Amino acid sequence: MNAALAVILAFFVLAITLGVLARRGRVMNLEQWSLGGRGFGTIFVFLLMAGEIYTTFTFLGGSGWAYGRGAPAFYILCYGAIAYSASYFLLPRIWRYAKEHALVSQADFFIKKYDSRPLGVLVALVSVIAIIPYLVLQLKGLGIIVSEASYGSISQPTAIWVGSVALVAFVVISGVRGSAWTAAVKDVMILVVAVFVGVYLPFHYYGGYGEMFAAIERAKPGFLLLPQSGMSVSWLISTVLLTAMGFYMWPHYFAATYTARDENIFRKNAVVLPIYQLVLLFVFFAGFAAVLQVTGLKGADADLSLLRVSKMTFSPWLVGFVGAAGVLTALVPGSMLLMTASTILAQNVYRELSPGADDRIISLVARGLVPIVALIAVILTLRGGSAIVPLLLMGYSLVTQLFPALILSIGGRPYASAAGALAGILAGELTVAYMTITGATLATLLPSAPQMVKDLNVGLVALIVNVVVLGVVSTLTARPAVAPALQSVDG
Amino acid sequence: MSAPAGPRRYRWLALLPGVGMLAGVPFANRTQPYIFGLPPLLAWIVGWVLMTSVIMGAIWTLDSRRDRQDAQRP
Repeated sequence: MNAALAVILAFFVLAITLGVLARRGRVMNLEQWSLGGRGFGTIFVFLLMAGEIYTTFTFLGGSGWAYGRGAPAFYILCYGAIAYSASYFLLPRIWRYAKEHALVSQADFFIKKYDSRPLGVLVALVSVIAIIPYLVLQLKGLGIIVSEASYGSISQPTAIWVGSVALVAFVVISGVRGSAWTAAVKDVMILVVAVFVGVYLPFHYYGGYGEMFAAIERAKPGFLLLPQSGMSVSWLISTVLLTAMGFYMWPHYFAATYTARDENIFRKNAVVLPIYQLVLLFVFFAGFAAVLQVTGLKGADADLSLLRVSKMTFSPWLVGFVGAAGVLTALVPGSMLLMTASTILAQNVYRELSPGADDRIISLVARGLVPIVALIAVILTLRGGSAIVPLLLMGYSLVTQLFPALILSIGGRPYASAAGALAGILAGELTVAYMTITGATLATLLPSAPQMVKDLNVGLVALIVNVVVLGVVSTLTARPAVAPALQSVDG
Repeated sequence: MSAPAGPRRYRWLALLPGVGMLAGVPFANRTQPYIFGLPPLLAWIVGWVLMTSVIMGAIWTLDSRRDRQDAQRP
């Protein structure tokens, strides 16, 4: 066993142990398991919310984009800040309504607001379809990180199997408490590692940030600019807006708001999270430092840039720390995704199919589904290969389609009808699927449009279809009546 | 929440991070000048991320003060 592997294993065991111990003798009904009994304070909610920023996508992908694409990577810093400023107003409302009606999942929110069970089933299915590829992405990342950082002594499939078994164990035992405790280790780790590599590498290889960027600009003119076409200014703006809308629509993230003890927690987090997000800046610095040091990583291999530049710079011990941080970025979101998918399937699909089931049964079904969902994800990870890539790209677009129906219902009585919301979401999802399969972009849809329009993110098309259908169907059908409890919810 | 002590107009400030950050992107997309060693576009975005925290902090402070005032009313 080499030193890097020893460090990774040590942190892996620490994280899993904390995750399992997090239960601490609590009786686990569904509300405890999935939502921590709605009793989490500022720190835990912060850790769960921050979990979304530091997934394997941001750790490997953030540095990979900086390495492979340059300036377009900056979009990753933008959408979080916008979503957080909106969260100040959005999340307290969602939280209040969820608490008042004892909601468990994101689909529950739509069921209650629109008084429509079919809408709930649709949202549940969309959630699970979007979650599975996201989970696969985390497992794939885990495999890559462990096999790279262990200098090849552990194969990717071995890492994926071991990681998944451990995930299942602590998710079944501790639920969201496990995710929160593991997130505490992860956040400390990633903070230290990201700042270290993001400061050390630019100074070691170039003597400073200005020198590094100047060297890159000399070697690759225009690399630090958004190009005139393709990932241009209009691409960045449209992508940031779409991604900011999709941000809180992720089911595991939406449901994480339910764990809070009081609504002021979200306001505090909206102040702190934008600054905290700047840790990503250091991940970019590491990716940029690799540009002139690690050559020849093309396409998807750009995601390896952080690990490769670490391996050629640091001793195996330090590489182990980088790898351990990477593994934790897979475990925490992975556990939340796994738990949320299982909860939704139990609460919004199984309960629908067997109306007689009581809460105890639903809770058992939810936890029983964890290994099954994990197994599906592992099989897809090992067998899927490149076939899952379109699915991954679809995930964000899929959940973004929930945004119009959600925002129209946030104030109290929804401004759309249940049939309108359902038709809009369905039309939006079908458009996403069609465009993903055919590879359509605005350039292929509108070949004679100005370049600025051609570069717009194609996700906008699905969202427009969604809103138009929602509007038309809503004007033809009745809106949900005002539930008596809702009138006091404004504010 | 209890009856508000007047409109909380300062809450519109929350639109500033999104609008300011994105509206400036076409102008910040250039090669010079570097700011604290960062290319202009990156510096612009980082500046706005910091501003987001400052603005949301201000709104939170003002909201907390209003909430206390509202709580003291009969």
